[in-house]
Amino acid sequence: MNLTLKVWRQKNPNDAGGIVTYDANDIIPDMSFLEMLDVVNEDLISRGEEPIAFDSDCREGICGTCSMVIDGIAHGGQRGTTVCQLHMRHFNDGDTITIEPWRAKAFPVIKDLVTDRSAFDRIIESGGFVSVNTGGTPDGNTLPIPKVDADEAMDAAACIGCGACVAACKNASAMLFVSAKVSHLALLPQGKPEAERRVLKMVKAMDEAGFGNCTVTGSCEAVCPKEISLDFIAKLNREFGKAILKNRAERQVAD
Amino acid sequence: MKLDSKIPPGPVTEKWEKYKFDLKLVNPANKRKYDVIVVGSGLAGAAAAASMAEMGYNVKCFCYQDSPRRAHSIAAQGGINAAKNYQNDGDSIYRLFYDTIKGGDFRAREANVYRLAQTSVKIIDQCVAQGVPFAREYGGLLANRSFGGAQVSRTFYARGQTGQQLLLGAYQALCRQIGLGKVQMFERTEMLELVVVDGHAKGIIVRDLVTGEISAHAADAVVLGTGGYGNVFYLSTNAKGCNTTAIWRAYKKGAALANPCYTQIHPTCIPVSGEHQSKLTLMSESLRNDGRVWTPKRKEDCGKAPGDIPEADRDYILERKYPSYGNLAPRDISSRAAKEACDKGLGVGPGGLGVYLDFADAIKRLGESTVRERYGNLFDMYEKITGENAYKVPMRIYPAVHYTMGGTWVDYNLMSSIPGLFVIGEANFSDHGANRLGASALMQGLADGYFVLPYTIGNYFATEKQPKHKTDHAEFKKALGEVETRTKKLLSIKGKRTVNSFHKELGKIVWDKCGMARDEKGLKEALQQIPALREEFWKNVNVAGENGELNQNLEHAGRVADFLEFAELMCLDALNRRESCGGHFRTEFQTEDGEAKRDDENFAYVAAWEYAGEGKPPILNKEPLVYEEVHMSTRSYK
Amino acid sequence: MNIITNLFSSSVGKKYIMAVTGFSLFGFVIAHLIGNLQIFLGPEAINRYGHFLQSNMEIIWPARIGLLVIIALHIWAAIKISAENKAARPVAYAEYNPTVASYASRTMLMSGLIVFFFILYHLLHFTVQVDQVNLTGKSFVNLHDAEGRHDVFAMMVLGFSKPIVSLFYIIAISLLSLHLSHGVRSMFQSLGWKKKSYANVLHCFATGVSIFIFVGYVSIPIAILLGFGKEALSK
Repeated sequence: MNLTLKVWRQKNPNDAGGIVTYDANDIIPDMSFLEMLDVVNEDLISRGEEPIAFDSDCREGICGTCSMVIDGIAHGGQRGTTVCQLHMRHFNDGDTITIEPWRAKAFPVIKDLVTDRSAFDRIIESGGFVSVNTGGTPDGNTLPIPKVDADEAMDAAACIGCGACVAACKNASAMLFVSAKVSHLALLPQGKPEAERRVLKMVKAMDEAGFGNCTVTGSCEAVCPKEISLDFIAKLNREFGKAILKNRAERQVAD
Repeated sequence: MKLDSKIPPGPVTEKWEKYKFDLKLVNPANKRKYDVIVVGSGLAGAAAAASMAEMGYNVKCFCYQDSPRRAHSIAAQGGINAAKNYQNDGDSIYRLFYDTIKGGDFRAREANVYRLAQTSVKIIDQCVAQGVPFAREYGGLLANRSFGGAQVSRTFYARGQTGQQLLLGAYQALCRQIGLGKVQMFERTEMLELVVVDGHAKGIIVRDLVTGEISAHAADAVVLGTGGYGNVFYLSTNAKGCNTTAIWRAYKKGAALANPCYTQIHPTCIPVSGEHQSKLTLMSESLRNDGRVWTPKRKEDCGKAPGDIPEADRDYILERKYPSYGNLAPRDISSRAAKEACDKGLGVGPGGLGVYLDFADAIKRLGESTVRERYGNLFDMYEKITGENAYKVPMRIYPAVHYTMGGTWVDYNLMSSIPGLFVIGEANFSDHGANRLGASALMQGLADGYFVLPYTIGNYFATEKQPKHKTDHAEFKKALGEVETRTKKLLSIKGKRTVNSFHKELGKIVWDKCGMARDEKGLKEALQQIPALREEFWKNVNVAGENGELNQNLEHAGRVADFLEFAELMCLDALNRRESCGGHFRTEFQTEDGEAKRDDENFAYVAAWEYAGEGKPPILNKEPLVYEEVHMSTRSYK
Repeated sequence: MNIITNLFSSSVGKKYIMAVTGFSLFGFVIAHLIGNLQIFLGPEAINRYGHFLQSNMEIIWPARIGLLVIIALHIWAAIKISAENKAARPVAYAEYNPTVASYASRTMLMSGLIVFFFILYHLLHFTVQVDQVNLTGKSFVNLHDAEGRHDVFAMMVLGFSKPIVSLFYIIAISLLSLHLSHGVRSMFQSLGWKKKSYANVLHCFATGVSIFIFVGYVSIPIAILLGFGKEALSK
């Protein structure tokens, strides 16, 4: 099939950028969306033009590298699917497809469709961990964890950190990402000792990075490739409330 | 080159404990005087960087990805082995050790493998403490599943995302150290050269992938945790960015490369759908716990819908050939069985390159909901890629390059033949011999990163007492100049062919001639074709863009350039090893019923190749494999 | 002290403020509705209710001041949050498809602001009773019933007998209901009082209560426009 692509091109972070139209011809339905772009890029290189820069790595939906907004929907609107797993059989011959990068102040564009998502790392660095050093840990079975808790923690931990939640949110809010990590660790007994400190620090880091606020539109959940539930945001809010009500936490954050 | 494996004396069960005691320590106050560079942020790299920073070392960690959390360890699905014997099924450290040695077709180092099995137990404890949400039983204790090549249930898992969860555990530990200022993280930064001063690894040259800036970093030791070289085949289950550049650059600076011909072909991947294919997707081997592998018995049935082929006309190839292990036969054996069937024209799907993996019986036995709970995400993934519903029709699978057992030669300390250069995880050759068992890669990466390297690196510092060097040293300047020249050269050729076309062609050569089955004739052809292709590459490649910006085409070009050199060594090693073992199957050396035929008399050694200079054939160094504990036997899974 | 900084400076804290003030305003909307619906019980009931409120200054003034503070906080948080949200996406998408995000959720600021302007009008209309805004040419302040109480019944019937006034009222109530359909649901989410097990119940509650508010409030002007109260008034 043949398609028309309207792609955001931006040479570097300082360039204004704009939409450029390309033809994608002889596309096979079994191709993934990124393989379709590979075809376009091979053609561009052969013609002496610069290929479209886009992020991808594992191409099996788990590393969270690929990131593009297709026709206004982060990852292209196939439920629970990253762009790399989106296949061309979901498009029709003659379609015009608009492709843009994640758009958020906290995710500045580096080039074309590539953005800088290191703000997510800063958030994890601020407290998204359990403070244990290597070695000296008790036997794994010392601490029985109810299966339902472990499963719910896993639901949250499944987050791949792709940033689609931010891209889809009308406010560019990172609450789904942050809540997934806060919930994952707060649901497990290992994460409880520093749960209050963690949620306060992570929310602070999130705010400092320039993400917007959650207004509960649910767009994040809808595009999340791992279908992380909006309920985890409620969990984050609950954890935050608990933390600010306990004076104890303040002392912990102060250090 | 004299290879000293530094395997400590004494019975294999006591070597590591005793050795740890004998290791020289660095006083806690002195640790902060040492700088360590870690390249790669996967399980091994992140675990090592975090652990060393916790101990007090100053760590700089580099990764080409935009975040350390995205290293390809994340894609491991099935699980991680540990000899916990929680299932009371007779598992033990010794059994895990034995299974791993046997699975590796008696081509791994005993002492290393025993240490790995010992350490496995602590890894689970460490990961649980970090908050890794392993699967649990209703009683709250850890759950296990079984995996290929073992008759006990010792694999710990977190749904089908075990690698992701373990990596996030290590990543979070790393992030904690970054936050504390003990690790300086360099994302989107690729190592392009190793700097060796007076015979010791002292730093690296890197390119900032965003700005194109090429810079030097100095340290007291360099650790490579840069993964495997599976992408030499172009199509593999590796991430697109995975490459061999770091270990290849180290090789050219004197770090011997061991057993490059040992590549693992994973049996359960989604078959290729066409020329456009950019990578292959693996589905966890755990699927073989409940799925049954079959092909039609008759060629004329291959085109039929699977449901129309009656039970009597199906050949359950693994169950027939290996009744005691059945569908859980090790990877190399299962892959070959699939290839054999397809070679006979009994393959299914496009191009006849596929066999069925059927869950109909499991669904009947367990119910669809149990199957969904166990493998739901894999079935979803399969549907996304193929558009088929595997609850209704059997999956089609075909083997694909997945893991590389070969890698930089390291001693018991995980130090390469260049002092001060340590290599961990998939990037080294040490623990899997000629074939890796399922759920062992995660185990090895984390063992190296958390529990081996942090000890042994201290011994290097404490015993060697090497001088510090700054990046203004002549060797740094020289290496920097070399990288700049190579980069400029790549951009200046402006030929007719794209980088990708070279990579694809190289991949086809090595897959055909050095893939699942190899023979002398094919390997010799490959050894003609690869240098010719390399020559063409340097004359006719067209690399788009310029250096001073994000240039993915340039990144790819550099990696392909190194693959084009590496592939030759891989084929040379395969040609040299005139036996079949594990993932290395030479068609000339097989038993009457088509099984791998080892030659322990002549080939029970590690082939450590030493770079001899441009245009000169590499030198083969042999490290004999001495089995003190186990008896080398013919591997049988029948 | 830290509680205050955490509430006022953090994104999650501001949502707490939104939720708590929103909850209070929601409570007021319900109470106000129940009070007003007494109009259907006839002049006696509503006038007595009005008189009761008017004659207890120690209740009404703290309530009025409290409501003003709450509204101020609600609006402050709304404006602050909206400004931050705007700043969080400096470059807009060429094409943006909000998929599941409801119309209500995407228009909270607009619906809120319009409702706010309506409240100002509504206060001038019925509370301060500025004659110029009621468009009837009559003065509401001087309406008294037989017992000398302020004739709330007559004021409402007269007030809503102007179709243009009723129309504005109905539009505002529609927007308020829309606002609440999302607001009530979000309130539980923002305060963390939501779990998967009863998420659906909350959703239904939010929708149900919004419909109740809409029907309840709108029933008054509609009834009046259809002739309710004319008879009683003419007596």
